[in-house]
Amino acid sequence: MVEVKQVLKRYGGKTVIDRVSLSVPRCKLTSLIGPNGAGKSTLLSMMSRLIPKDGGEIWIEGKEIARYRTEELAKKISILKQSNHIAARLTVNELVSFGRFPYSRGRLTRQDRDYVREAIRYMELEPLQDRYMDELSGGQRQRAYIAMVLAQDTDYIFLDEPLNNLDMKHAVQMMKVLRKLVDELGKTIVMVMHDINFASCYSDYMVALKDGEVVCEGDVSSIMRDEVLRGIYDLDVRVQTIENQRICVYF
Amino acid sequence: MKKWMVLLVVLAAASLFVGVHDLSPRELFAGDREAWEVFLISRLPRLISILIAGSSVSICGLIMQQLSQNRFVSPTTAGTMDWARLGLLVSMIAFAAAGPLVKAAIAVVFAFAGTLLFMTVLDRVKYKDSIFIPLIGLMFGNIVGSVTTFLAYKYDLIQSMSAWMHGDFSVMMQGRYEMLYVSVPLMAIAYVYANRFTIAGMGEEMATNLGVRYRSIVYTGLLIVAVVSAVEVLTVGTLPFLGLIVPNIVTMYYGDHLRKVLPLTAMFGALFVLICDVFGRVAIYPYEIPIGLTVGVIGSGVFLYLLVRRTKQYV
Repeated sequence: MVEVKQVLKRYGGKTVIDRVSLSVPRCKLTSLIGPNGAGKSTLLSMMSRLIPKDGGEIWIEGKEIARYRTEELAKKISILKQSNHIAARLTVNELVSFGRFPYSRGRLTRQDRDYVREAIRYMELEPLQDRYMDELSGGQRQRAYIAMVLAQDTDYIFLDEPLNNLDMKHAVQMMKVLRKLVDELGKTIVMVMHDINFASCYSDYMVALKDGEVVCEGDVSSIMRDEVLRGIYDLDVRVQTIENQRICVYF
Repeated sequence: MKKWMVLLVVLAAASLFVGVHDLSPRELFAGDREAWEVFLISRLPRLISILIAGSSVSICGLIMQQLSQNRFVSPTTAGTMDWARLGLLVSMIAFAAAGPLVKAAIAVVFAFAGTLLFMTVLDRVKYKDSIFIPLIGLMFGNIVGSVTTFLAYKYDLIQSMSAWMHGDFSVMMQGRYEMLYVSVPLMAIAYVYANRFTIAGMGEEMATNLGVRYRSIVYTGLLIVAVVSAVEVLTVGTLPFLGLIVPNIVTMYYGDHLRKVLPLTAMFGALFVLICDVFGRVAIYPYEIPIGLTVGVIGSGVFLYLLVRRTKQYV
């Protein structure tokens, strides 16, 4: 269970997250949506202890986040930021193996190797596993990062714009994989999404932020409505149902 | 890999018998006293210091490149060596009577603080061009170097200064090189930390995600670098660009997984310095070209090549 209570973040006098409370539904795919500067990434970073919060509490499985040892937390939550660009020359296999570091501290057991192999297989990276990361395309690299997170084997996975830099085909592939992680492996995923329609088609739950506050949250059908989205984005949008999916038309 | 190791061993053995004083294995086996003295007082210490200095400085470069995520950062290009020299000079001025350990300790403090300063600036600087960074470092280093030179003239210590400028193994004799042994356990620690350094090289966020305390890993790495640099400056003198070229060439072929490339870097570092040193010994026999010069010339050449290669990739 991840529970955010009255969390606050200020940058030099400006409040970017203003007493946000949120409880993340288990085994669901939750999207954080909202305009630029709404504080989505900041909130996600605080929920994964990448940046400290200035007030409030974040509870993860019955314990406040600040009271965790960082090693211990690495077995419960994993986070991928949008700016993942690793300068180091590592092969896919090496990168994914580092996902086991919280457990093995660098000395891989047979069980660790099984996890790594399984993660690589799941992300269909077997043919690429001995290639260096800098030889891969953006989509392949993104898949390798997800494989690393899979090897980390946490119940909670936080993703900051996982579709960044992916073309349509790879974006769809990525979302299908994330869906599978939730449906088949029972993971809880929270992600920052820019594309409202991707969020609509693939998430179970949506949380809209605006100016550092949660303006509304709920399942897809309650958020994907004309008046709700207009309120969030200040834009004259219309939601239409196409093939049973709610699609927002905003052009 | 194996053949390189064999080459290193053969060359190391051969280097024991290269020098102005004739020395042959036969004399050693015959138990010739003079031969053994030359062997134990001069030749063996020289070989040991070459191996230790070559490998440890290369490892330092590798660690720094990993932590800064920049291929061009090394003890030379980050100014670490210059800070160590300034520290030594300050210790000579302020604690003239102190033993070499105290002097080395002060040099470590300076090298650590200076490198940390550089890394902090690197963190803050907006313009993250990978070529720009080492240029800042070299500039910083030169400023520190000028201060050192100025102080050295003022306190009449320019003589001792020059010994730290250019590396020279010909003076490595019993009683002068032993401090280098400090680097050996540090290399072992670096190996133990290898995976953490690789993770730190993925950036602070990734490191945190994997449950690694980023800051403490960076400090550990820089401390290793500072101690090795200070000890090296104090005993051998500077081996410019060594920490830059060896790790760059090794990682070009073997990648950045430190557990894997750290031993290789150590081996190639030792081999490279050994080759340079033997070359310097035989090139103008019976005179010697100081190692700092040989390594510096080859090193700056390779550095320039890497820069050009890098620039081409952008175009």
